[in-house]
Amino acid sequence: MTTIDLGLPSLGGLDGVPTTEDKQTAKDYKSDQEVRWCPGCGDYAVLAAVQSFLPQLGLKRENITFVSGIGCSSRFPYYMNTYGMHSIHGRAPAIATGLAVSRPDLSVWVVTGDGDALSIGGNHLIHTLRRNVNLKILLFNNRIYGLTKGQYSPTSEEGKVTKSTPMGSLDHPFNPVSLALGAEATFVGRALDSDRKGLTEVLQAAAEHRGSALVEIYQNCPIFNDGAFEVLKEPGEREQRIIPLRHGQPIRFGPAGEHGVVRNPATGMLEVAEVATVGEQALVVHDTTLDDPSYSFALSRLGGQDLTHTVTGVFRSVSRPTYDDLAREQVHLAQQSRRADLRSLLRGKDTWTVAGD
Amino acid sequence: MSTDVGNGASPEGTEVRKLDRVVIRFAGDSGDGMQLTGDRFTSEAAAFGNDLATLPNFPAEIRAPQGTLPGVSSFQLHFADYDILTPGDRPDVLVAMNPAALKANIADLPKGGTLIVNTDEFTKRNLTKVGYDEDPLENDSLAAFNVHKVAMATLTKGALEATGLSKKDAERAKNMFALGLLSWMYHRPTEGTERFLREKFARQPDIAEANVLAFRAGWNYGETTESFAVTYQVAPAKLATGTYRQITGNTALAYGIVAAGQQSGLPVVLGTYPITPASDVLHELAKHKNFGITTLQAEDEIAGIGAALGASFGGALGVTSTSGPGVALKSETIGLAVMTELPLIVLAIQRGGPSTGLPTKTEQADLLQAMFGRNGESPVAIIAPMSPADCFDAALEAARIALTYRTPVILLSDGAIANGSEPWLIPDVDALPDLSVEFASEPNAPDGSGEFWPYLRDPETLARPWAVPGTPGLQHRIGGLEKADGTGNISYDPDNHDKMVRLRQAKIDGITVPDVVVDDPSGKARVLVVGWGSSFGPIGAACRRVRRLGMTVAHAHLRHLNPFPDNLGEVLASYDRVVVPEMNLGQLALLLRAKYLVDAVSYTKVAGLPFKAEELQNVLIDFVQGVAQ
Repeated sequence: MTTIDLGLPSLGGLDGVPTTEDKQTAKDYKSDQEVRWCPGCGDYAVLAAVQSFLPQLGLKRENITFVSGIGCSSRFPYYMNTYGMHSIHGRAPAIATGLAVSRPDLSVWVVTGDGDALSIGGNHLIHTLRRNVNLKILLFNNRIYGLTKGQYSPTSEEGKVTKSTPMGSLDHPFNPVSLALGAEATFVGRALDSDRKGLTEVLQAAAEHRGSALVEIYQNCPIFNDGAFEVLKEPGEREQRIIPLRHGQPIRFGPAGEHGVVRNPATGMLEVAEVATVGEQALVVHDTTLDDPSYSFALSRLGGQDLTHTVTGVFRSVSRPTYDDLAREQVHLAQQSRRADLRSLLRGKDTWTVAGD
Repeated sequence: MSTDVGNGASPEGTEVRKLDRVVIRFAGDSGDGMQLTGDRFTSEAAAFGNDLATLPNFPAEIRAPQGTLPGVSSFQLHFADYDILTPGDRPDVLVAMNPAALKANIADLPKGGTLIVNTDEFTKRNLTKVGYDEDPLENDSLAAFNVHKVAMATLTKGALEATGLSKKDAERAKNMFALGLLSWMYHRPTEGTERFLREKFARQPDIAEANVLAFRAGWNYGETTESFAVTYQVAPAKLATGTYRQITGNTALAYGIVAAGQQSGLPVVLGTYPITPASDVLHELAKHKNFGITTLQAEDEIAGIGAALGASFGGALGVTSTSGPGVALKSETIGLAVMTELPLIVLAIQRGGPSTGLPTKTEQADLLQAMFGRNGESPVAIIAPMSPADCFDAALEAARIALTYRTPVILLSDGAIANGSEPWLIPDVDALPDLSVEFASEPNAPDGSGEFWPYLRDPETLARPWAVPGTPGLQHRIGGLEKADGTGNISYDPDNHDKMVRLRQAKIDGITVPDVVVDDPSGKARVLVVGWGSSFGPIGAACRRVRRLGMTVAHAHLRHLNPFPDNLGEVLASYDRVVVPEMNLGQLALLLRAKYLVDAVSYTKVAGLPFKAEELQNVLIDFVQGVAQ
């Protein structure tokens, strides 16, 4: 085992994973299993984006592993020609943690949904993020329970009328990006299923990040929650609503870049303003590397459940030692300082001998 | 007889009496250091070469209100010049550090037993706290015992006066005074304790010296006062030749896991969550990372076992440790391990249940949970260690089964053997079993397609190949959905499901386990006692007692609970009466009756404490006499 130089920014998310010179295509990543999502499901687009983006990483395919929980999106591993485990509802981050800790040579991906990650598996998600295990977590958010046929989820809007809530749901929803930032995730991004380019960019950045990377993907469920994100896709509407982030660039959006994000000098909060009114120099320049998550948290609060505004791209990408690297380092240090001598361990300090007659 | 020992007196002509065995119980407040005192006396007995067995008994509260009955903590030690099986039913000597300890334990002291009392704590307030209307040391309520009243706190403070320690700190060393006194009474070696104290308090040398001084003061007190007319010698035991050490069940389990990692050549990943009485397994394994062991304290029980299973998927030996309520939380993941057919070791240290139950007390009521506590037909292998030292071998055996058959194995220890200790004949490392495994490296499809079939079984063991991520060409997906036989693809086919359910069962049923050995020295017994797990000691001791009375009884103790040994049915059928003592309401008896149609009679007690040999002796005598009529 090689020593891992901790904390260096140069340490990438894929360091330690064997690469190949062989040319790969999306087809190489398709398994022989028939894809069984509903026609029109947003999962297809995400699957296609992942399959066409992975070859760019140049990794040995056998060193990539997808682990999922339960739900529609969690069927994902079956469709990938990599190693995979379709596990238990909510538990994929825990299972993937054990895998990542024991296998530094694997690129480990977790595929989960809003119910899987935020309801039954909420505990594992936040703890994985705070530990900063080197996992890439793709959270498919369709704001509904699909596989159980249409109950509201922890990201459904308040008052959602579903089969389980005929008078409207009572719960206040999670904002997954805010939640992840609250757990001090080192990498948080968001993308839309239909935006192949934007999604691929976030996936690429996530893959290169060493540590937990949470990518929220707005994904349409055509059967139980069709059109949930439609306003973000309609030409004319989307430009008014989507706020794309680029590290080092002023945060600006609108058909002609007429809107932007500024900091209110009185409250310190981020808000949307007209560039013509505030001036270009007032715009906040996006910085993913700020150690304090408050800034990216404030970004995640721009716009709400109604999608008036939706921030996409990479919110935060900071360097912090990963749990799995540290765990291996402890084992390594222990091995260097003390020989693994089973005989001596079993004997211990105080022994006595019974001699034969 | 009561001996007042308030004054110092000259030491003359102390009689030395030889004994073959002694049971001592130290009892005091949770904060009095009784576990440490007992543990040290145990080490002294071990160093001296006695056989021994211990029973720590403490409250679940870390510091229950001082001086109250719920706050009493005790440690019982049985040591002898021959091989013994239990920590003893009743103490011969009771050391009571306060009125609560006296009140909670005096009923167990037989008439004529020795009682050593720390009189300093017998204040009106403390007596009232536990409901003594008058001081039992001042009336004749203890007349049946040989009482020694010793002002331990006062004497300890006096001995430490010159050290400059505060009175409070000085008084805290009174447990070492008690230990010193008992060490003198039983001619114990003292160097080990002094060395231990200096090491334990290495960073506080003044505290270390205070404890050593208190220890010596206790010893000298015994020697210089004439109140103790008799001292006792218990000769070393004639055990099998070899080198021994003292070991608790949880330490032995941890060492077994370390050895399993070494013998298999696999890294070990322990994913776990703290829970009484299993946490010491985590604490111990966390010390041994140099053996390639990763310990992961997860956010909950479910994550603990999840991480262990994830590590197993990656080719490590995945282990989790827990107790009853934790097993309940882990059930779904155990089911996933059954379905994905990956090796996994679940160390389940049973405690009193249901629910939170009695966290620090022992029970063996999780056998049916281990056997059936999952959805669907979900068979797992189950083994149970019989004594603290046996935990080492049981852990290795669990690893053998898990690795050979690619299955979860539940190891059912319990509070009694987890915290109890005994001498352990240190095994020869070269003689430990080879547990090396072979990962799949080549495509295996029988149709010659060059594909990899993750569910193509070994014809002998029915185990599926273990193909770890990173192996070229063997990419495959596993999960909780039903698999097609062979290819491992998702299958909803009715016939396939029926076949897979039966295959998974057949794999567990086909695990090779050693035959059960019957202990019946006469060869003529008509009553068979069948036990499992930690009741080995009390049952074995009870059988010896019954035989000493001229009766015959046979004892079979099951280490493998699933599958049962092949010869078990035959063994059960060859006796007129089968008796099954258990610390539950008859769980093994239920399984035996169901599987072998044997009219097994259950004898049960669920009191949070191990069986007493005397109690079982009486039960067995009834059965033996019943059969004879």
